[in-house]
Amino acid sequence: MKIFKSIIITLVFLGLIWVDLPESVKTKYKIPSQINFNFYGLNVKKDFTTKLGLDLKGGSSLIFEANTAKVKKEDLNDSLNSARDVIERRINFFGVTEPQIQTIKTGDKYRLSVDLPGINNYEEAIKLIGQTAQLTFRELPDGKIATTTPIFVQLTKDTGLSGIHILKSTVEFNSQDGKPEVGLKFNKKGADLFAEITKRNIGKPVGIFLDNIPLTTPNVQTEILDGSAVITGNFTTDEAKKLTIAINSGALPLPIRLVEQKNIGATLGEVEVKKSIYAGTIGLIMVLLFMIIYYGRLGFIASLALIIYGLISLFIFKAIPLVLTLPGVAGFILSIGMAVDSNILIFERIKEEQRKGRGFDIAVRLGFGHAIDAIKDANITTLIVAFILFNPLNWEFLPQFGMVRGFALTLAIGVGTSLFTGVVITKRLIDIFYKNKITNNK
Amino acid sequence: MINFLKYRWLYFLISFIVISAGLSSIVKWGFRYSIDFTGGSNFEFQMNKVVEKSKIQKVLDLNKISVVSLKLQDKNMILRTKVLDQNKESSLKKDLEAKLKVKITVLRSETVGPILGREAINKTLVASVLAVIGILIYMSFAFKGFNFAFSAVLAMFHDLLVVVGTYSLLGHFFGAEVDTMFVTAVLTTMSFSVHDTIVIFDKIREYRDEQETLEIESASNQALTETMIRSLNNSMTIVFMLLALTTMGGSTIRFFIITLLIGTITGTYSSPFVATPILVWLEKHKQK
Repeated sequence: MKIFKSIIITLVFLGLIWVDLPESVKTKYKIPSQINFNFYGLNVKKDFTTKLGLDLKGGSSLIFEANTAKVKKEDLNDSLNSARDVIERRINFFGVTEPQIQTIKTGDKYRLSVDLPGINNYEEAIKLIGQTAQLTFRELPDGKIATTTPIFVQLTKDTGLSGIHILKSTVEFNSQDGKPEVGLKFNKKGADLFAEITKRNIGKPVGIFLDNIPLTTPNVQTEILDGSAVITGNFTTDEAKKLTIAINSGALPLPIRLVEQKNIGATLGEVEVKKSIYAGTIGLIMVLLFMIIYYGRLGFIASLALIIYGLISLFIFKAIPLVLTLPGVAGFILSIGMAVDSNILIFERIKEEQRKGRGFDIAVRLGFGHAIDAIKDANITTLIVAFILFNPLNWEFLPQFGMVRGFALTLAIGVGTSLFTGVVITKRLIDIFYKNKITNNK
Repeated sequence: MINFLKYRWLYFLISFIVISAGLSSIVKWGFRYSIDFTGGSNFEFQMNKVVEKSKIQKVLDLNKISVVSLKLQDKNMILRTKVLDQNKESSLKKDLEAKLKVKITVLRSETVGPILGREAINKTLVASVLAVIGILIYMSFAFKGFNFAFSAVLAMFHDLLVVVGTYSLLGHFFGAEVDTMFVTAVLTTMSFSVHDTIVIFDKIREYRDEQETLEIESASNQALTETMIRSLNNSMTIVFMLLALTTMGGSTIRFFIITLLIGTITGTYSSPFVATPILVWLEKHKQK
């Protein structure tokens, strides 16, 4: 039973090291940083990479304020969400990996925060995002189709029908073959325009463009008078849904204005990270040496517990995955301090019991018992603080932005983990390392 | 057992000197606020050769840029201006490149509207007040008495004053700016301060539980004697980390780390030498 337990612990430990290894090491020793396997038909896929925030990796952070004056109150949330989708689509078009887009409400102000990691030509990005989404309908300029070039290139004539004429777009299913379609509903003026357009284009293509990107170029089959249209095509339900979102977002333009932008060059961030990691490692080694020199064997155990603590925290950071920023690093450093503190507390208590003349094994047990109260109270207070700063319910009157939240989250994870390693793991390790001593002495 | 509390006036004097130095600096020199608070634009441009400051200044004047400060470090130019919009920024960059015949790489470019920073600070303040209330409630329950919680929070305010005051000095002499990172450092100090105090209070609570007749003063002295080594050792480990980061870490986080360092030191100091004397005083007056 004991051996079985040790094997599991060793395996878990090795697993942690494997996941925590920096990506740069991977290429050297050929250790994959991804899990992707089938387990009884269950596909497990997880990408364990360290995600660095903008301040560390470089990139742009933009905050836009929405002009909601022209939008009806009940449509506000919809239009904000569509605006977000539009921005997301535009950014994806721009080729940014892992952009983060959030809507933030403060008082009666609505803002969109857009984080673009690793992007350097931010000027272009700002221009791209700042446009108002425009849906347009286009037809052939002279009514003739050339067979050599793709249809959407030939559709250059603007019909005057655009996103402002669309009431809404929905996903529908064909009554005959059950295939998903995209339905469009025009307003009065749109319906009239659309009737004219379809009348003069029967048998010819009409293109629907979003921000000059062709969405679809269906052929007109009949004149449509009732102000509704259906776009058929070989859509999957998902594609149809995306298309309706795109069209709806084009139909609900919401002017946005840039109020804040921060751009950190990639080189600056990189240098900072390298220096800080280097310094952090040296600091950590000093801490470990100090513990070993001062507490001897117990210090060695604490160092082991601390290393395990580091491995578990890193694992959680990578598994969530948490975006590591400078304040996040501060929270982590603080939690390392608190993790060491748990150990020191326990050891001082053990020493105290020993001074009272108790044998080692009893001293360990009593020491642990006494230290728990202090550790528990101290860490719970810290967790309360972290909880309020993190603002998990996204209350308006509390911080809703990255900096403070990043700090609170790493602090909370760190303190939570340290409660576990500082108490459970240290105890385990003492049991293992002192087993002989206890039986020999007593 | 060492009679730590005998020297309480000395502790009071030390705290008084440090805090009043900081406060007078705040009154006299105030703070240097970053654009997070004032609004404005920050640029750090890297040029491919060294350019004279006067030449840069000339181009800036020609472009009618309201410059707050302009610093040159080797080939790097650190420019702070009033809020500069995107178009103006690009045209300025182009103009600089053309007139100075350099190639500019943008290392950093930040523009913050003035409202946002203030909003962020207000929200952080609300959060801090709530956190303090949370601490008061939890500690009152855990220690079965409001005095423990109250003393811990007072010591926390002591640390807050120390950190904020010293930062004003750092700002005046070394150019440290109050930004969101500073706010984070203050929050860290606050959590650490209470964390550290609780450990000592836990010891006092234990002695009093063991012997109900024990005077608060001797219980506290006993507790301080027992916990002094752990307080020092614990802070030592954090100080090691922070010292390494201050001396070898990146330059953008330097003031942040220094603030954390000051916070750790005052947080450690205040637990035995501020929180405990206050607790003893409160408990004594309660008994009368």
